[in-house]
Amino acid sequence: MNRLLSVKWKEFYSRNKKSGGYLLRKKVCYILYRIIRAILLFGLCFLILQPLMNKISLSFMKERDLYDPTIIVVPRNFTTENYKLVNQLIGFWRAFGNSIGISLLVSVIQVAFCTLVGYGFARFQFPLKRFWFACVVLVIVVPPQTIMSSLYLNFRFFDIFGLITLVTGSTINLQKSIVPYLLLCMTCMGLKSGLYIFLIRQYFRGIPKELEEAAYVDGCGNFNTFIKIMLPDAKPILISCFLFAFVWQWTDAFYSKMFIGNIALISNKLTSISGLLNDYLTSINGTATKASVAYGQMMISTGMIMAIIPLLLLYIIAQKGFVENLSQTGLKM
Amino acid sequence: MAKKKHKDLRKRKAITGYLYIAPFIIGFLAFMVLPLIESFRMSFSNVLIGSGSGGFVMEFVGLANIKKAFLVDPEFNRFLTDELSKMVIHVPTTLIVSFFMALLLNQSFKGRGMVRAIFFLPVILSSGVLVGLEFDNSLLAGMQDYIKANTNTASITTVLREILSNSNFGTRFLKVVFEIVDGVYDVVIASGIQIIIFLSGLQTISKSMYEAATIEGCTHWESFWKITLPMVSSVILVNMIYTIIDFFMRTDSEMMDKISSTMIAKMDYGFSSAMAWIYFVAVILIIAVFSAIISKWVYYYE
Repeated sequence: MNRLLSVKWKEFYSRNKKSGGYLLRKKVCYILYRIIRAILLFGLCFLILQPLMNKISLSFMKERDLYDPTIIVVPRNFTTENYKLVNQLIGFWRAFGNSIGISLLVSVIQVAFCTLVGYGFARFQFPLKRFWFACVVLVIVVPPQTIMSSLYLNFRFFDIFGLITLVTGSTINLQKSIVPYLLLCMTCMGLKSGLYIFLIRQYFRGIPKELEEAAYVDGCGNFNTFIKIMLPDAKPILISCFLFAFVWQWTDAFYSKMFIGNIALISNKLTSISGLLNDYLTSINGTATKASVAYGQMMISTGMIMAIIPLLLLYIIAQKGFVENLSQTGLKM
Repeated sequence: MAKKKHKDLRKRKAITGYLYIAPFIIGFLAFMVLPLIESFRMSFSNVLIGSGSGGFVMEFVGLANIKKAFLVDPEFNRFLTDELSKMVIHVPTTLIVSFFMALLLNQSFKGRGMVRAIFFLPVILSSGVLVGLEFDNSLLAGMQDYIKANTNTASITTVLREILSNSNFGTRFLKVVFEIVDGVYDVVIASGIQIIIFLSGLQTISKSMYEAATIEGCTHWESFWKITLPMVSSVILVNMIYTIIDFFMRTDSEMMDKISSTMIAKMDYGFSSAMAWIYFVAVILIIAVFSAIISKWVYYYE
C-alpha cells in the first residue's frame, strides 16, 4: 500500500515538474475548493435544520429549563408533558383528521382539474391560446388578497344573477361550508392553482408528439389517449404537484380562515395556541392568568412539531422522486 | 375535398382544446375577472351590508378610500414603503443566493442527495402559518441575547462588524451588506422553489457545449460567464417574477395582515380593497420595471 502510494507520488512529482508546477497548483486549488464547498454546504444545511432541531429540543423541556442558562440543547428535565397539553388544548386528533381529509380532497381536485387544463394548453392548438395562457400567468400574479373582499361577500350572500333570491326570498350563506372552496379548486382558482397548471403544461410539452399520434393511428380516442398514454407518463409531475398542493393546503392560513374557518384544522389551531393556553391556565388557577412568553413559545414550538411531523414523513418518503422530477421538468419559457 | 377535411380536423382539435381548458376559463371569468372588477369598484365605494334583501350595497364615494389609505391611515404608508424597500434588497439577494446554490447542487459530490433534500425542506416547512409563527419567535431571540449577555464572548462577526463600521469607509454600503448577512436565514428559507427552477434550467444546458468550450481552451470561469449565465438568463426572469410575487404574498407581511384584518375584523371592505389594489398596482409596477431591465439581456437559445 505504502509502496503504491510512493510510486503514485513519484509519478505525480515528475508530471508536475514537466508541467512547471501547474499540476500541483491545480490540484491544491481543487482540494481547497472542495473543502470550502463542504464547509459552505454544511453551514447552510445547519442553518436550515437548526430551528427545527431547536424546536424539537424545546418541545421536550419543562418550563424551568427555559430559564436555566446552562441548558441550550439537551433538556435536563425530559418530559412529554408539552405534547399532552397541546394535544388537549387544540384537540389534536380531530384537527389532524380534518386537516388530512380536507387537504386530500382539495389537492386531488386541484391536481385533477389542473391536469386537464395543463394538458389542453400543452397539446392543442386553438385560437386565443396565448391570451388564455396569459390569463393563467395573471392568476399566478394577482395576490388573492386583491379579490378576497369581493369573493368573501359573494359567497356570504351567494346568488346567481338574483335567481336564488327570486325563489327563496334571500341569498344563501355559503361562507360556513366548504362548497365555495371546492368550487374554486374545480375551476383552478384555488391556492396556487396557476402554478400547478404552469408546471403540468411544461411537463406535457416535453412528451414527444409521436406517442400521441401513434395512439391516434391505433384508433385511440382523444380522451382515451389522454388517460391511457399521457397520464401514466406524467406521473412524476402529478405526484410533485399533489405533494405541493397537499403541503400548502395543510399549512395554509389564508384560504382556510376565509372559507373553512369553522372546521378545526391544524393550521388555524396553531395560531390560536397561545390564546388557548391562557384560557387553560385561567381555568386552572381560577384567576385570569397569562402564560409567560417563553412558555407560550414552547407550546407553539411543540404544536409546530406536531403539525410538521406528517409533512416530514411524507417528504422523506417522496423526496427522492420529488426533487429529481422537478429538476427534470425542463422549465423553458 | 382533402383540404376541407384537414380543416375540420383542426377545428375539432380546437374545440377539444377548449373543452380541456374550459374549467379554467369558467373559473377565470367567474372567480377572477368578476371579483377583480367588483373589488375595484369596492375600492371606490362604501360597502353596506345587510341592507335590502340581505345582500350588500355599494355606495360610490370616489377617491375617499384611497385618500384615507395615503393621508389618514397612520400605518399604511409606512408598511407600503417598508415592504417595497425590503423587497428591493430581498429579490436580488434571493436570486443570487439561489443561483449560487443551484450551481453547487448541480455539481456532483458525496451526499448530494441528502444536501438537496435538506435544501428543499424549506419549501415544505416554511409555508403558510409556519412562517408567521416563526416570524415572531421571541423566545429564540431572547435566549440568544441572554447567552450573549452572560457568556460575554465576542464573536468574530461582531468584531469584524465593529472594525468595518468604524472605518468610515462606505458605511451605507456596509449597512446594506450587514442587513443581508443578518437576513441570510430568511433568504435561504425563501429560496427553495427558486433553486428547483434554476436547477432545471441548468440541466437543460447540454454538456457538449461545455466540452466544446474546454477544447477551445475556455476556463471554468469563462465558460460560466459565456455559457451558463446566458443559457439560464430566461430562467432568471421567471425566477425574479416568482420571487417578487412570493415575497409580496408571504403570510408574515405586515401589509397582508393589515388588509385581511381590516376586512375580517373591522368589516371595512371598501378600505381593504382599496389598500389591496394599491398594493397590487405597486407589485405590477415593480415587476414591469425589473422585467424591462432583465429582458434587455435575456438570451433565448432555440
